[in-house]
Amino acid sequence: MSAVDQHNPSASHLPDKHGRFGDFGGRFVPETLTRALDELESEYESAKKDPDFQRQLDELLKSFVGRPSPIYHAKRLSEKAGGAQIWFKREDLNHTGAHKINNTLGQALLTIRMGKQRVIAETGAGQHGVATATACAHFGLPCVVYMGAEDVRRQKPNVFSMKLMGAEVCPVTSGSKTLRDAVNEAMRDWMASVENTHYIIGSVIGPHPFPMMVRDFQSVIGREARQQCLDVMQRLPDTVVACVGGGSNAAGMFYPFIEDSEVELVGVEAGGLSSAPGQNASPLTHGMPGVLHGSYSYVLQDEDGQTAPVHSVSAGLDYPGVGPEHSYWKDSGRVRYTECQDGQALEMFDTVARTEGILPALETSHAIAKAMEIAGEMDSHQVVLVCLSGRGDKDAAEIARLKGLEDPT
Amino acid sequence: MQSFVGQVEGHYRDGVRLSSASFSQTPSFSLIILTHPQSKLPMSAIDDRFSELRAQNRKAFIPFVTAGDPNLEVTARALKLLSASGCAIGEVGIPYSDPIADGPVIQASYTRALDAGTKLHDIFAMVAKTIPELSMPLVSMVSYSIIQRIGAEAYLQQAKAAGFSGAIVPDLLVEEAGSLRSLCRQHDFSLIHLVTPTTPRERMLRIAESSSGFIYFVSVTGITGERNELPSDLLDQVAWLRERTELPICIGFGISTPEHVRRLAPVADGLIVGSAIVRRLSENQDADRALANVEALVREMIDAMMAAC
Repeated sequence: MSAVDQHNPSASHLPDKHGRFGDFGGRFVPETLTRALDELESEYESAKKDPDFQRQLDELLKSFVGRPSPIYHAKRLSEKAGGAQIWFKREDLNHTGAHKINNTLGQALLTIRMGKQRVIAETGAGQHGVATATACAHFGLPCVVYMGAEDVRRQKPNVFSMKLMGAEVCPVTSGSKTLRDAVNEAMRDWMASVENTHYIIGSVIGPHPFPMMVRDFQSVIGREARQQCLDVMQRLPDTVVACVGGGSNAAGMFYPFIEDSEVELVGVEAGGLSSAPGQNASPLTHGMPGVLHGSYSYVLQDEDGQTAPVHSVSAGLDYPGVGPEHSYWKDSGRVRYTECQDGQALEMFDTVARTEGILPALETSHAIAKAMEIAGEMDSHQVVLVCLSGRGDKDAAEIARLKGLEDPT
Repeated sequence: MQSFVGQVEGHYRDGVRLSSASFSQTPSFSLIILTHPQSKLPMSAIDDRFSELRAQNRKAFIPFVTAGDPNLEVTARALKLLSASGCAIGEVGIPYSDPIADGPVIQASYTRALDAGTKLHDIFAMVAKTIPELSMPLVSMVSYSIIQRIGAEAYLQQAKAAGFSGAIVPDLLVEEAGSLRSLCRQHDFSLIHLVTPTTPRERMLRIAESSSGFIYFVSVTGITGERNELPSDLLDQVAWLRERTELPICIGFGISTPEHVRRLAPVADGLIVGSAIVRRLSENQDADRALANVEALVREMIDAMMAAC
């Protein structure tokens, strides 16, 4: 199975040559970045057709990341849900503990192909930062990671890991000091450094070709999971659930199932504290189409087009925008998007830890909480597959703080 | 429609301005589309201003100010002062929450303006009230995120009614500009595109074709902000484009000293100065002093420009 998109051609006709998924996507960036985006697009197209590139990436995913990641039947959790069987696609078992590495290795290989000598990245929860630092250490590329100062605080263990691997972590103190501001700052760095630097965007957001390329690199998740379901249970799952911040694990999980119309796809956004403006990070649920960070997609904005404040307990979901393909899937009705609030996610973190012996990332806990609800309404012969996008060790300290306990680290 | 344009053009010479209400009384947009073929080149007050300047062998000094930093009253005072100091065109930054092309000075300025509660309709109201006292036309620097939210037609209508003559949209590439470009052409509103040092030459020509009013030549690969050095091949790049377009070329980003002005003025039709002005406006709590500092800088730069040409 190849690492880059090669499957069902009818599922992969989007985006069009302008980077549009229906109305969504495109390129809304300063002129300075155009040449680099054109170059990236053509390099990616040529890499996709290059068997050597495929082989190199497949080999890395196998020997360095530990792919394929298994699917796992969470039996005690399924019992608790009292309905369908709940299965996890274990992206938390990847090297660096999340799905992010699938994308950063692909883009690091492209960086080298393009002859660029430096890498920058943004990170929210720090998982993408760690995965980028890891890929850069592996290839010997200098790496700068922009991270909101608030996220530096709440995801401390990941900051330390990045530094250990030689990355420079730049805390961003502008705006809300979270993921959105980290993206702004990385974009500004890229504006000045674009001739020798590649910006490894960590989600299916940003200007074309990023949403397409990141989706393709992450589609290894769904391709493996789909085949594993066929191998293990001789059937496809009834429902596939993933959390959606920018939406990379969800895009990678859903994409290979898009043509399987009998499989229900559910994306779970961060419902934060409530549905009131500023209290959640659910653009697909509460937002409108608009332009943010280089593409046209659902976004939380005010009536003047100013990006609205957002909130989520989870740093990786604390983002006002979402990848344009999710907007397309929402409007076309192919994927159902819903939300899960902070409290439910925190509770699920504890539940999964105690019933399954797995610490899921707080981001992932949102997806599991919804999966439990959905499974509860289904029959025991049915299957709900959840993308367990990352491990939750990084969240332990923040959860302890929220519970009023001492920092265990 | 035509008579409206004529009177707007007139006001810069005569200080008489048609009220914004007259614009909203003009026929519907569908009718305007019928009477304005898309191929027609727009003629805004920006075009008139450059015709005048060229006839007098002069260059345009174009200052940038953020609308609403520290408040719209000071912005209005700054515009009047800049106009009276001999600036040819004023560029008004519409504050945006996520300006990725802007350096720390303008970012912080946008943040202050938004934190102070500056709304788009307040900016338009300020411009409508101030423009009769200005002898320079105004263009807005505005993110496409804002235009998209308001709707391109509504933005154009409101901006033009307020008295703006054009827009610079820093995050709208020529490929995505099609519908806004047609609307601007129908409404004699300048759509000013940017070219940058990373823009391939054949692309520069496409951008020039799509632009109206002038071409904004970005001097550096990077974000806005004051700089000591400007790239050495900038003059050649501008000269190359100069031979291939009739449109005025104005250089911006990084211009912060009279020395920069002396070097660049001979090759350009105009120079744009932003961060150096915005910084002076924000450095002093006392608005009178801040404005006096801005005036001193602008007069020094305009003198340097006159001496160089």
